[in-house]
Amino acid sequence: MLHPITTNHYLILSAALLLIGTVGVLTRRNIVIVLMSIELILNAVNINLVTMSHHWKNLHGQIFAVFVITVAVAEAAIGLGILIALFRNKETVQADEIDLLKW
Amino acid sequence: MNLLNVIWLIPMFPLAGALVMLCFGRQLTTRLWVNVVCLGSVLLSFLASLGAVVQLAGLEKRTHEVVLYTWIAGLPFHTADGSLATFSADWGFLLDPLSSVMILIITGIGFLIHVYATGYMAHEGGYYRFFGYLNLFVFFMLLLVLANNYVLLFAGWEGVGLCSYLLIGFYFQKRSAGDAGKKAFIVNRVGDAAFLLGMFLLLSETGSLQFTRVTAVLGSGGFSAETLGFGALSLAALLLFIGATGKSAQFPLHVWLPDAMEGPTPVSALIHAATMVTAGVYMVARSNALYALTPQTNAIVMGIGAFTAILAASIALVQNDIKRVLAYSTVSQLGYMFMAAGAGAYWVAVFHLYTHAFFKALLFLGSGSVIHAMSGEQDMRRMGALRDKIPTTFRTMFIGSVAIAGIPGLAGFFSKDEILWQVFSAPGGSKAVYIVGLITAALTAFYMWRLMFMTFYGEPRMDAETAHHVHESPASMTVPLTALAAGSILAGWIGAPKFWNFLPDSFHSFEHWLEPALHRRAINGAHVVAHGDASLEWLLTGVSVFVAIGGILFAKSLYGRRWTADPVEALTGPMHKILVNKWYVDEIYNYLVVDGLAKKGGALLGRFDRRVVDGGVNGGGWLTRFTASFSMWWDTWIIDGAVRLAALLAQMLSFPVRLIQTGQVQIYALVFVVGVALFLGWRWLV
Repeated sequence: MLHPITTNHYLILSAALLLIGTVGVLTRRNIVIVLMSIELILNAVNINLVTMSHHWKNLHGQIFAVFVITVAVAEAAIGLGILIALFRNKETVQADEIDLLKW
Repeated sequence: MNLLNVIWLIPMFPLAGALVMLCFGRQLTTRLWVNVVCLGSVLLSFLASLGAVVQLAGLEKRTHEVVLYTWIAGLPFHTADGSLATFSADWGFLLDPLSSVMILIITGIGFLIHVYATGYMAHEGGYYRFFGYLNLFVFFMLLLVLANNYVLLFAGWEGVGLCSYLLIGFYFQKRSAGDAGKKAFIVNRVGDAAFLLGMFLLLSETGSLQFTRVTAVLGSGGFSAETLGFGALSLAALLLFIGATGKSAQFPLHVWLPDAMEGPTPVSALIHAATMVTAGVYMVARSNALYALTPQTNAIVMGIGAFTAILAASIALVQNDIKRVLAYSTVSQLGYMFMAAGAGAYWVAVFHLYTHAFFKALLFLGSGSVIHAMSGEQDMRRMGALRDKIPTTFRTMFIGSVAIAGIPGLAGFFSKDEILWQVFSAPGGSKAVYIVGLITAALTAFYMWRLMFMTFYGEPRMDAETAHHVHESPASMTVPLTALAAGSILAGWIGAPKFWNFLPDSFHSFEHWLEPALHRRAINGAHVVAHGDASLEWLLTGVSVFVAIGGILFAKSLYGRRWTADPVEALTGPMHKILVNKWYVDEIYNYLVVDGLAKKGGALLGRFDRRVVDGGVNGGGWLTRFTASFSMWWDTWIIDGAVRLAALLAQMLSFPVRLIQTGQVQIYALVFVVGVALFLGWRWLV
């Protein structure tokens, strides 16, 4: 028999996505991939928010998710813009080759 | 109509004429309009003067003052004795016997000279400019003599100086004319500076610069004559006199007048013979109340006058330029006037001023007519035998030369003889100065007749071309000459000597006429003289006439016959060179002032500049650099050292911390994640 999909499943999915995203941000060298990983994290948060909204019968979470998506769009646009400017100057998109943020 | 209340109009006519000429003269198409405006304005002025003087004679005090408005409003100040006074200057006009004589000379003779100039300047360019300046001159001269205070007098004084400068340099394309104009202006500045100082001193002593007030204050008894010491009044009088030496070309400031002959001849006649140069004499006579208190200064005035008279006469002996002879003659005659003023006989000084205006204007205009006939030649060595070719000029100049020589019956005789008599016998006079005056009279007769013989007698010495062109001047020139010749004969008869008591009173009226303008003390001195010994006076008159005739005959004996080399050269011998070089006064000025003061002093100043001023600047620079280098050392090692030490310390201390900042964004993120994980997992860890 098929188990019904409960809140827990969604939370596990969300946690998995968060984990995958975090590992991607920390380990991948290509900044494009890093940005995509950040999207994964944000979407993990979104799933979490929607799940809990459904669970508690409270729409606040869903509204908040819409805001997160909006911010994520802006973040992606700015992030890719910075990436292109960076590529034009340094001719690289490898994060470990860019270490200007130190003393 | 009461002309006395509108005497301020008298100078306004020529001013209007001058303004019209100088603003619109260029637009006037014919010279007729220039003549109408300029001659008309002076003629109107003359008629107004005549009317005003006639009305003045009807007044009991023969003094009339009109104040147009206050020019410089009251400024309170403390006079020398500490009392409070108010200084103010008005556009005020004073018509009294003294200024009446002056305005009649200025407008009357001025008009004749204007008429003459229409002929003389007929072929010259700048016709309207010439007459504009001439009218402007007449305005300033009338302002000078009609002013009722020293400040306004000074305004006229400077104005005539300006016009003199403009007219001397009328032929401005000629470098020598421009230089002569500048010389006249600069030499006059020296005198004017002293005049101003004298004015200030007089103001601080008397508290006023208005003639009537000054006279009243000086005569009030608060001041006594400075017979022994040389006090403030004597100094003021001396400074005023130095101003007069500049304007009236007295030694040592006489050097500009002979050079002023660069101007057109009518200018020489009007400005440098008849009117402007007599302004100094007028001013001294106007200040007679002051001079009556300063016998020491009077002696200086008389001495300078006598010295100038004989100095200029001696130079005139050897001049060959016809106008320069007359220029030195003018200087010499002005010396006579100051001699009389110094002796305290102010009325005689003014009398000589008046007669001199006639015969010297006549002689200058006559010489202009000669120059006109000679196609511009001024050197008498290239003239001769002009007597029959230009008879009117000859006859009038003959009269002028007789008059200046002092032959009885003509104007010069009366005034010159009176001067000699006053110098001889007045309390302020001196026998030595009389001798000098007598010698000067002999020299005057000689050089004037040398001029006459060289010009009109003997053989023609000009080239054929010039000789062919010799012609009598037009009527516009000969009529003024004739009028002035008549004046040279008749003008003296109103001041005939007192001891000629066979004449009716009106022949002695000049002294009496001037009395209201002269201070009580000044008149008293003259009265003493008037009651001198008649037989002595006859004797002295005989001596001066003898001397005059002697001078003329001597000139005739030298120049009346054939001559090749100038006889006066052999006569004066080694002196000739000195006289030709005018006693080297110009050279002395060049050496002392131009070379000495300007060039050598300039070089000295240059050395001072380089050594002391530049040295100071350089020293300051060195000092600044020295202190700056110390400051720089301090800055580099102490201030910068402290900053660098702080930086070094920060760098060293930050070394361990710096190790964890790698610049690897992902490591930062890792630390971040680990931190969050630790924070969240705290509960289970502990």
